[in-house]
Amino acid sequence: MKQRIIVVGNGMVGHKFIETLLDTAEQDQFEIITFSEEPRLAYDRVKLSSYFSGSTADDLSLTTEAEYRDRGVIYTLNDKVVAINPDNRSVSTASGRTETYDKLVLATGSYPFVPPIPGGDQPHCLVYRTIEDLEAITASASESKVGAVIGGGLLGLEAAHALKNLGLKTHVLEFSKGLMARQLDEGGGQLLIRKIEALGVDVHTGKNTQRIEAGETCRYRMHFADESHLETDMVIFSAGIRPRDELARDCGLDMGERGGIVIDNNCLTSHPDIYAIGECALWQNQIFGLVAPGYHMAKVAVSHILSGAEQFTGADMSTKLKLLGVDVASVGDALAQTPGAQCYTYSDGVAEVYKRLVVSADGKKLLGAILVGDAEAYGTLQQLCVNEMDLPESPEQFILPQTEGGGAVMGVDALPDTAQICSCYDVSKGDVREAVQGGCADMAGIKSCTGASTGCGGCTALVKQVMDAELSSMGVEVNNHLCEHFQYSRQELADIVRVKKIKTFDELLDSHGQGLGCDICKPTVGSILASFWNEYVLDDKHIGLQDTNDIYLGNMQKDGTYSIVPRIAGGEITPDKLVVLGEVAKEYNLYTKITGGQRIDLFGAQLHELPEIWRKLVDAGFETGHAYGKSVRTVKSCVGSTWCRYGVQDSVDMAIAIENRYKGLRSPHKLKFAVSGCTRECAEAQSKDIGVIATEKGWNLYVCGNGGMRPRHADLFATDLDDDTLIKYIDRVLMFYVRTADRLQRTSVWLENLEGGLDYLREVVIEDKLKIGQELEDDMTSNLANYQCEWKTTLEDPEKLKRFRHFINSDEQDNNLAYVAERGQRRPATEEERKNNIPLVELNG
Amino acid sequence: MNSVNSAAAEAIITEAPWVDVCELTDLAPNTGICALINQQQIALLYSSRLDEVFAIGNYDPIGKANVLSRGIIGSIGDAVVVASPLYKQHFDLRTGECLESPEHKVNVYPVQVIDGKVQVQI
Ligand code: SRM
Ligand SMILES: Cc1cc2nc3c(=O)[nH]c(=O)nc-3n(C[C@H](O)[C@H](O)[C@H](O)COP(=O)(O)OP(=O)(O)OC[C@H]3O[C@@H](n4cnc5c(N)ncnc54)[C@H](O)[C@@H]3O)c2cc1C
Ligand code: SF4
Ligand code: FES
Repeated sequence: MKQRIIVVGNGMVGHKFIETLLDTAEQDQFEIITFSEEPRLAYDRVKLSSYFSGSTADDLSLTTEAEYRDRGVIYTLNDKVVAINPDNRSVSTASGRTETYDKLVLATGSYPFVPPIPGGDQPHCLVYRTIEDLEAITASASESKVGAVIGGGLLGLEAAHALKNLGLKTHVLEFSKGLMARQLDEGGGQLLIRKIEALGVDVHTGKNTQRIEAGETCRYRMHFADESHLETDMVIFSAGIRPRDELARDCGLDMGERGGIVIDNNCLTSHPDIYAIGECALWQNQIFGLVAPGYHMAKVAVSHILSGAEQFTGADMSTKLKLLGVDVASVGDALAQTPGAQCYTYSDGVAEVYKRLVVSADGKKLLGAILVGDAEAYGTLQQLCVNEMDLPESPEQFILPQTEGGGAVMGVDALPDTAQICSCYDVSKGDVREAVQGGCADMAGIKSCTGASTGCGGCTALVKQVMDAELSSMGVEVNNHLCEHFQYSRQELADIVRVKKIKTFDELLDSHGQGLGCDICKPTVGSILASFWNEYVLDDKHIGLQDTNDIYLGNMQKDGTYSIVPRIAGGEITPDKLVVLGEVAKEYNLYTKITGGQRIDLFGAQLHELPEIWRKLVDAGFETGHAYGKSVRTVKSCVGSTWCRYGVQDSVDMAIAIENRYKGLRSPHKLKFAVSGCTRECAEAQSKDIGVIATEKGWNLYVCGNGGMRPRHADLFATDLDDDTLIKYIDRVLMFYVRTADRLQRTSVWLENLEGGLDYLREVVIEDKLKIGQELEDDMTSNLANYQCEWKTTLEDPEKLKRFRHFINSDEQDNNLAYVAERGQRRPATEEERKNNIPLVELNG
Repeated sequence: MNSVNSAAAEAIITEAPWVDVCELTDLAPNTGICALINQQQIALLYSSRLDEVFAIGNYDPIGKANVLSRGIIGSIGDAVVVASPLYKQHFDLRTGECLESPEHKVNVYPVQVIDGKVQVQI
């Protein structure tokens, strides 16, 4: 007989319990049943906010129904457990089902606390906890202009951020004097207010909301205890969470005074068959409102069921805020509540940095820390604290500004294998090392393999250090040399070329390389040279660096012929131009297809035909589409406000402007853009390297999306930009990418490997932290000034045209070409067809 | 004596003539071009760094198309190579061997440049 385990609640922790149990050797001794009150299986609540920047419910899901079925988990969605009967070991549900268990696991989580404010239960007064809540917020925001969040804690700020991104004028109302009062002291909380206000969110502290009534300029008016008021169209309550303990209370389990299901170190409740884990559980009078402690409880409960020895003995409550451009972190006992604790404080009002270290009475151990404005030391401090490591001589160096030669950095070697590196996903140093030994050699690999650094991102720097240390201890030279000819990475070569003003491959090879070069370094250097100097790529100095596609300005097809892709900026084309394409295609019998990039591809042109065809196209006003280059491809557009009844901006106009601006720009890999005229997003901008989506007030900019082999949703980078700022940011992002990306690294992978990630990119581009903004723009301007349609230039140069024939010494054609007819056009014959001599299509000579 | 004579005789018989193909200036530095010689497609590849012209068969036995003249010239270790523009395998310009799969080989032909004229022996 299998033991029956019922898990009430399929949230993050309930799912972790099931997953952990299924991964044990004993899993076949159990039958697992789980009930979810939500309409779906577990999803990543920690990343809930990313739903607003494009993640879908599927992206967030932690498992699938198919996976549960495959692994034999019996699950019921949309059904709430309403009663437990511990005596006959059964539970009953809202739909009237009764199931018996051998062991019961309560993983019911918590609910957002809504203070009993008169008027707080009206429409457009919402909470922030589930996907359904977010859908309701989105719907409400679409009918609102102003939003207010009650509560200035971690979640409240996340909610405010979301409202801001939805385009609302946003207010945060906090009861106490500062923000994040549970994690920050007064100094930190005050500075955070300034930072949040700089993001365009209004912060009001000391506000105790008394009632919500009908408003005059907005839907509602909120009245506060100090007799002031605020008008808003919608309200989000984020005033704390309360454990969902009603089931336990009703069946007589021990409860905490202020709620929560009491558990011991085994996660057992006061009843020997019932466990409680996650946010509903109360351990030594504490509720843990973070996922990592919940995950640990899940493991402990599994261990106890299998008679193991793992214990829950408390958890680290360090947190880092995952908000745009604001660095805030709190470690351990940040508020210095340990008796005898001493503090070091550093405050710089000009640079807006506030840091505090809390150390033990004897000054030997770190108890906690607060970092606002610069959270770089977070990983180090958190590890020092959690592992109770000895502090160095003068711990203040951790919070003092870094001087030349670097401040205190903790060597990761000092950490034990068990040290938890990523608390969001409970990844230890040992896990990361194992992943490296298993073959992961970059951050992208580590992320997908261990999950580390994919939550709040606080641990990224530390994960990378562990990875690098492990790689070098394995003797893997952490080597990013381009190839055997250059002992430099692409980025280093780009710097050399830029700084030393190197203009040719030979110059670079003479000064920094060896051998003759190869098909890796030549095109790479060709692209770098073009990115900075943008000279004609077929110049004698550069021609030998180019792939055949770049030399013949077309993409080579499987039979050695080429395709022709004229630029059709923004996908807009006049009927006259369409006719020209049709006529040319007909004359040369070219296979014709609409591409996935909103333009038209003509296939099967032979070398000698390319100039003739392009002459006709250039005469008709077409330019090269650079379909062959590592360069800007297309800017996809939707029809936008000129015709579409929903459009709020002219997306075609913007798409054409962007395409014409950046056409010809050479980059480490190809670049694809799109512009949508409203949030319906018909141009699919969120799958592009640069995506632009119109808002009522301007444009939202998304960066580093990718379709292709490993799709990635673009990240929302900045909102409601005017035309000039939009172009400025795109200039900077693109030039920074051109300067720093690796060879053949799309922007998506580049961003994932960029230390500091999206926040860092924002610092560089928006805040101009490196003070290179102007330089990036200037580089872009001078590059773009050198734009030429390579086909036009080529057609004007008889010398260059000599290359466009199959034989240097004969006018004959390649005799190996063979085609068959299909659906009214021709295509290359297969080997079979060639052998069987099936009727081939005549080629016009 | 006899044997030497007959070997010399044989050499004379098999010694193919040098065929004029084009001017060296027809070749852009570090690129290739295809020539039709005795109805055969020959890829001429010019390394300006080595100041040397190479001649190999133009047909890529792996990609199955006449494209080798359009590959990038370079070196891998000591070998001077061209990378097929289709699937990027490297062919040794001195031996004709494909570095990635030596069972594939292309023909190699002697080349000389006399008075700026490129000549191939075939
Ligand atoms: C023609 C077209 C397919 C079509 O018939 O629709 C096409 C054709 C090729 N694609 Fe593509 N891609 C085409 C749209 C796309 C799209 C869709 C889009 O742009 O909206 C994607 C996914 C979006 C993306 O890139 O994020 C796409 C992702 C790829 C990839 C994978 C890139 C990646 O990051 O994973 C490659 C391989 C590569 O670049 O390394 C690729 C490579 C190629 C190459 C260059 C392969 C090759 O070396 O021969 C094909 C050359 C075609 C030619 O001769 O012109 N193609 N390709 C499309 C041309 C669009 C255009 O007007 O320029
Ligand atoms: C916006 C947001 C951001 C957050 N950010 C972070 C962060 O950065 N870092 C961090 O560590 N934590 C974060 N958290 C907290 C984290 O999400 C929670 O700690 C975690 O989800 C707790 O897991 P759980 O399984 O205990 O509860 P939940 O994930 O809430 O799961 C409980 C589930 O049980 C269901 N349920 C309850 N009662 C019943 C019943 N009677 N019958 C059937 N089903 C029932 C509920 O509907 C729910 O689906 C965040 C939370 C939110 C909302
Ligand atoms: S998906 Fe593959 S086959 Fe289709 S066009 Fe792109 S590269 Fe070619
Ligand atoms: S600690 Fe949050 S992602 Fe690793």
